[in-house]
Amino acid sequence: MQTTFPRLLLKHAAERPGDAAMREKEYGIWQAHSWAAMAQLVEHIACGLHQLGLGRGEHMVVIGANRPRLYATMLAAQSLGAIPIPLYQDAVGAECIFPINNADVRFALVEDQEQVDKLLEIRGQCPQLAHIVYDDPRGLRNYAEPGLQSLDALLETGKGFAAAQPGFFKAEVEKASPDDVAAMFFTSGTTGNPKGVVHTHNTLLDRARAGADFDRLTSREEVLAYLPPAWIGQNIFSYSQWLACGYVVNCPESASTVTIDLKEVGPTYYFAPPRIFEGLLTTVMIRMEDAGRLKRGMFHYFMGVAKRAGPALMDGKPVAALDRALYALGGLLVYGPLRNTLGFSRVRVAYTAGEAIGPDLFTFYRSIGINLKQLYGSTETAVFVCLQPDNQARADTVGVPIEGVQIKVAENGEILVKSAGLLREYYKNPTATAEVLSADGWYRTSDAGFLDASGHLKIIDRVKDVGRIKGGANDGAMFAPKYVENKLKFFPHIKEAVAYGDGREKVCVMINIDFDAVGNWAERRNLPYAGYTDLAQKPEVYQLIQECVEKVNADLSVDALLAGSQISRFLVLHKELDADDGELTRTNKVRRGFIAEKYQPLIDALYGGKAEQFIETTVKFEDGRSGSVSATLKISDTRTFEPVKAAA
Amino acid sequence: MSKKIGDVILDVKNISLSFGGVKALSDISFNVKEHEIRAIIGPNGAGKSSMLNCINGVYSPQQGSITFRGQTFKHMNSHQVAVMGVARTFQNLALFKGMSVLDNIMSGRNLKIKSNLLLQALRIGPAEKEEIMHREAVEKIIDFLEIQAYRKTPVGQLPYGLQKRVDLGRALAMEPQVLLLDEPMAGMNVEEKQDMCRFVLDVNDEFGTTVVLIEHDMGVVMDISDRVVVLDYGKKIGDGTPDEVRNNEDVIRAYLGTSH
Repeated sequence: MQTTFPRLLLKHAAERPGDAAMREKEYGIWQAHSWAAMAQLVEHIACGLHQLGLGRGEHMVVIGANRPRLYATMLAAQSLGAIPIPLYQDAVGAECIFPINNADVRFALVEDQEQVDKLLEIRGQCPQLAHIVYDDPRGLRNYAEPGLQSLDALLETGKGFAAAQPGFFKAEVEKASPDDVAAMFFTSGTTGNPKGVVHTHNTLLDRARAGADFDRLTSREEVLAYLPPAWIGQNIFSYSQWLACGYVVNCPESASTVTIDLKEVGPTYYFAPPRIFEGLLTTVMIRMEDAGRLKRGMFHYFMGVAKRAGPALMDGKPVAALDRALYALGGLLVYGPLRNTLGFSRVRVAYTAGEAIGPDLFTFYRSIGINLKQLYGSTETAVFVCLQPDNQARADTVGVPIEGVQIKVAENGEILVKSAGLLREYYKNPTATAEVLSADGWYRTSDAGFLDASGHLKIIDRVKDVGRIKGGANDGAMFAPKYVENKLKFFPHIKEAVAYGDGREKVCVMINIDFDAVGNWAERRNLPYAGYTDLAQKPEVYQLIQECVEKVNADLSVDALLAGSQISRFLVLHKELDADDGELTRTNKVRRGFIAEKYQPLIDALYGGKAEQFIETTVKFEDGRSGSVSATLKISDTRTFEPVKAAA
Repeated sequence: MSKKIGDVILDVKNISLSFGGVKALSDISFNVKEHEIRAIIGPNGAGKSSMLNCINGVYSPQQGSITFRGQTFKHMNSHQVAVMGVARTFQNLALFKGMSVLDNIMSGRNLKIKSNLLLQALRIGPAEKEEIMHREAVEKIIDFLEIQAYRKTPVGQLPYGLQKRVDLGRALAMEPQVLLLDEPMAGMNVEEKQDMCRFVLDVNDEFGTTVVLIEHDMGVVMDISDRVVVLDYGKKIGDGTPDEVRNNEDVIRAYLGTSH
């Protein structure tokens, strides 16, 4: 049964008009929008946009945080046969120019003054951008720009139009076919211009349904929408599956209240990239260190029990009676209250994706009774490719191919996917499309990996990043930078790592410390510091990081494939890698090549055997101004281990 | 961007104030027009806070008069001033540290609550309805100042910059026509100052509130105020737009010093 997003909305509105579709916390109260109200809102916005001249097949950008009226606008655009493009709300103006011009966008709906300012700033470079509609009027009272108007004003004209032509909206909705283009997502891309990934109603809804069936999702789920809507993950969870299942999506009050709102809503279905889970765990650990002795003792004792018994219980494996009893007691005293504090009391299914998750982190959540699982997918596959079944969650795999997905591994180790959820094309980019989509419908993921004995998919690294060590003792050994970086990032004190080694004689790494975790660690040791740069260069901190690096080396030395990827030298960077400076993508992935160019003197020093190196870098502030930071960075050598040859 | 500046709302005439032999203010006159941002600047001990305290009714000047909305007073009475629609914030925060952000701002609604203590305590009849109405007003201020995340946090636990914001919130809860701000940016870092500037401008812009502020940071004063009064040793030495004041000889001398 194929359908479209607007038709699903009308179906929900007709079948259960009074049920809540979305909730938004405003003025301290969760305000519910029913399906009927939502459908009416969408109709009025659609009529307003139609009067402004938004045409079938035309693109429209939507920029802002998760707000019901922004989602309603996406639906309104789709009702008219137009194609919404959600853009990242924290992207700087210059980053919006390419998508807007690439898709020849005339219409924009934005959240507030910040976004309006951004678009006005780039308007000179995007002359076709005729209409900017804003949701929150605050601070915009005195703006007199042509084509700028409030959503409220648009709604008024739309209301009038709908009253005059009551049949218009339904007729427009009926015109759309499930195979029409529904939305476009610009992938951040670690190199070059972003690419517009074109999805149809059917590709998104087919995968949304398959995912929902896999986890038996119902209309009674509660979801908190707090990640950027421009990210396909958020879009699937709070838009595609929202309409496919008809559950309730909750919009937090503001970015700073997410943890409070999470606790109040108590979602049943939850999704976050590993860094969010990591952040939550770090907060818990810091607070436990500050707690009284009794509480701290209790926490550590029962966490020990949880580590032993929790994952086994969750996977339905046999557990000794004593552990079972202790675990039940722990649930009462520690795990239950902890789950409640985290806002996970009602979570039935939680997913992490986007990056590899540390085994300790993964086990922590599962051991306190949260059904955390991994999934594999990307913007191009409408997310759902592999999911972990309830009793088979593991830290080192990403699950089994779900209904409707075929997987095969190419000769170079690349994973190929075929499903109904694949992108139609990259917008206006047939070359790039041909590179990833074969004539017989296989999509090249550019991830290297394999299906293990139990049928689970295991990912090693990006295909193009897997390299070889050249020269030196480990000549010819395989080098997987992301694999090494992830192992480092699993340590709470390391926030980001960038590894180099392809075509070189040894592996060197640049590291970002986690300011919160290391700052706290320093305070506990009465170690004074004057900010990030100062803290990063403390000899004690270098010692701390060195221990982490050597643990990684010890770990790598037993790996048959990657023993040659052990780290020889490292340094701690003086500034945090930042998407505003182009060092990370908007989804927080390191842009290794760009960083190597930007910090060329550091790379030379790492490989040149120097003990320290002066570096000056410019940084961009959030308001668009720039400044510079400079520091002399120390470089440390680390111990490497003899590879343990398996049964040699 | 243009805003309408109205007629004179507050007119201060020939104010003199002394504590024993110390003359804090001598013969000060200036006026404040509706919807404008008026700054009072001057070196330490120039009499800026004393001036604010006279307007506010905390001090009674020995000479002179203050005219507010056409009514002339020899000296102001702080309750009466509040009823007339003048609110203020304090240089050294005067918040209830143990109470939540919400309750602190709610206390600013004190003058607007009509039902008696008993009804309020029992939360019956009109008292409940009234409380809901006031809570709504407070929530709008919380939203305006973007402090939703700290709604239930005791004020004492908040960083200084946020406490200043709560102080402003409490003053706004009175829905004042004139807002007196005593060094709203003192002790803040650059980012906090920028935020505060934006809130002051937004208050002025969105609600049309007239703002009288004392400030030390010249950058801030010159950027956001419409007109500036300069005091030195209790005397007025300059009055005008930021540009006029910046080029005033006496003002330059007061700030940079002279050779005696």
